[in-house]
Amino acid sequence: MATTAETPQSGFRLGMLIYDTRYRSITIQIVVVLLCMAAAAWLIDNLFSNLADRGKDLSFSFLWNRAGYDINQTLIPYSNDDTHFRALLVGLVNTILVSVLGCIAATIIGVFVGVLRLSSNWLVARLMTVYVEIFRNVPVLLWILVAFAVFTEVTPQPRDFKVTDQMVAEGTEPAASMILFDSVAVTNRGTFIPKALYERSLGEIKIGFLPISLNTVAILAVIAASIFAFRRIRKNASDVQDRTGLRPSTWWMELLVLFVPLLALLIALGFHLERPTLGGFNFTGGILVLNSFMALWLGLTLYTAAFIGEIVRAGIAAISKGQSEAAAALGLRPRRTMSLVILPQALRVIIPPLISQYLNLTKNSSLAIAVSYMDLRGTLGGITLNQTGRELECMLLLMLIYLVISLMISGGMNVYNNSVKLKER
Amino acid sequence: MKTSVFLGTLSVAALAAGFASSATLDDVKARGELNCGVNTGLAGFAAPDANGNWQGFDVAICKAVAAAVLGDSSKVKYVPTTSETRFTALASGEIDVLSRNTTWTFSRDADLKFTFVGVNYYDGQGFMVRKDLGVTSAKELDGATVCIQTGTTTELNLADFFKVNNMSYQPVAIQTNAEGEQQFLAGACDAYTTDASGLASTRAIFPNPDDYIILPEIISKEPLGPLVRQGDDQWADIIRWTYNALVAAEEYGVTSANVEELSKGTDNPEINRMLGGEGDLGAMLGLDKEWAKRAIAASGNYGEIFAATLGEGTPIGLARGLNALWTQGGLQYSPPFR
Repeated sequence: MATTAETPQSGFRLGMLIYDTRYRSITIQIVVVLLCMAAAAWLIDNLFSNLADRGKDLSFSFLWNRAGYDINQTLIPYSNDDTHFRALLVGLVNTILVSVLGCIAATIIGVFVGVLRLSSNWLVARLMTVYVEIFRNVPVLLWILVAFAVFTEVTPQPRDFKVTDQMVAEGTEPAASMILFDSVAVTNRGTFIPKALYERSLGEIKIGFLPISLNTVAILAVIAASIFAFRRIRKNASDVQDRTGLRPSTWWMELLVLFVPLLALLIALGFHLERPTLGGFNFTGGILVLNSFMALWLGLTLYTAAFIGEIVRAGIAAISKGQSEAAAALGLRPRRTMSLVILPQALRVIIPPLISQYLNLTKNSSLAIAVSYMDLRGTLGGITLNQTGRELECMLLLMLIYLVISLMISGGMNVYNNSVKLKER
Repeated sequence: MKTSVFLGTLSVAALAAGFASSATLDDVKARGELNCGVNTGLAGFAAPDANGNWQGFDVAICKAVAAAVLGDSSKVKYVPTTSETRFTALASGEIDVLSRNTTWTFSRDADLKFTFVGVNYYDGQGFMVRKDLGVTSAKELDGATVCIQTGTTTELNLADFFKVNNMSYQPVAIQTNAEGEQQFLAGACDAYTTDASGLASTRAIFPNPDDYIILPEIISKEPLGPLVRQGDDQWADIIRWTYNALVAAEEYGVTSANVEELSKGTDNPEINRMLGGEGDLGAMLGLDKEWAKRAIAASGNYGEIFAATLGEGTPIGLARGLNALWTQGGLQYSPPFR
């Protein structure tokens, strides 16, 4: 029984996996991972065996079949002879359109609301409080439906715009008329706005599935160049001012640089507007902005803006009062204090929760079907799913696409967040 | 790892659904209640009345089946389904039978793995417009905005019709008939299209039905009928022959009023076989002898059901047309009970 003489065994024993604290946590983790994988494998196996029992398989080949249905808002060319995949892309573009416009508008409104809610003006601050509390405490679906009801019930029908011979003879006005020099018609189907046409068009090129108008590209390029030149002129003027103390007069050059190239290009292209005209049942020509799109966009924007307003308010409140006092001591006026001192610092607090709001807005856009807006959920997850009966495939694809969109938004916003966050070295 | 967990969640849902697919008859008997998928609300076909009781042409099928299987026509749980959710509800086992003016098509039968047990209403797709629009033919609808229920055969027919006639249109996809009514009445669409029977039923409940007309063109064949999941042939047979019993009952003059008396025995062996007086047809279906008698007693024979729910005496006012018995120039025909 010479226990004292025994040294601990240097070799590895199996029991050490449980009793040795050095290994125990690793053991537990491995066991948990194995259990999770086993559970997942069991579930997936179940899925496939149940599908097999039902005589179904997991196949995405239906995406290449003819869709056979029509979509009311197509930003990329589409007809019912195209494939289900094409319909998916149409829906995806519609989702992205409403999400991007919604995020932009919600950010603008949200920042205003957040700042104004902290206003020293009692009425303004209370009004903003009322706005925030009303909009964020009612489900977004209801706001979308309310907006849609307002757009369809209040606005006139296209046939109310009709002028008959009898009306001319009697000298009566039609029930509704177009606004903005007879160029915009607000109807209960949607708003018809003029469309840009070019007599000497540059044509278009196709990148993948997306046709891109060279006219638009040319116009954007000219505008970018004009802005670049405009900033150079300003910078030169500032340099001269720094050297000599006198700022040269440049306003005429600025106007020239900003507008003349654009006007010249438009004239060269033969730019003119196509006005919507009443023909048959509807207005023809021009661009139709659907009421369903407007309602969805407005509902999502106002709802999300209420949350963003609170995020902005929280961000501003997080900046210590000393900052604004210091700015005031330096003689900055309140507005400049806000834009130069408070907001840049508040952004660090604002952006992470703002990402969540952008993600929420994008995902909430799948409520579009409630107002017949054909987004991704309406095409792939609605009509395609129903007409092909591929529920599982459509839902998996739908989840994957929303996941990818969301990850892209948060990825992009994280890059921006890194650029504004406090840089400590 | 995250992906597999998420796949797993999906498969749990599929698994739960999987259990329900075997031996529907036993499930229904054990439950003591028939889960019947119906329309969310289409007057005449399936809609709750003022007391909240479901009534209508499709509902009568549910009642007849419940009477045949469970012996009580009131033991039905009505599950309202939209055109989008109906097939998922049936495939997942949430409902035992879908009796919801659903068109029998090849792909629904073969690809979606359902079994249509018969055609209880021969229909076709039509258009409804406001009378003051001045339109008299569907061929004049070029440029119109058309409300259409999404996930239906009518959606595809509409696209084909406008394509063939070289016309353009703006589709407005809606989910339920109620939503379609609201949008159509608000003038958000010029025309509303669905099965002609659905249009008649929708128009019947408008405030001023006479302000609207149903255009004469019928642009498709829409054979509507009840359906079940493929793979449970016994259950499909029960629904099929319950329905056939209703049609045969009209042919042989068996009504809800005289079924009790006739079941005591008649000169016509076919009636005797059907009502259980002779032979034991019920046992072949896994039911008792008097199944057909109870089914007919539930809401009457086919003709009685039609007259009470859709016929010319109701606000919907549909003529029998194609749905008359074969002996009267229609298409309704029951194979022999033998």
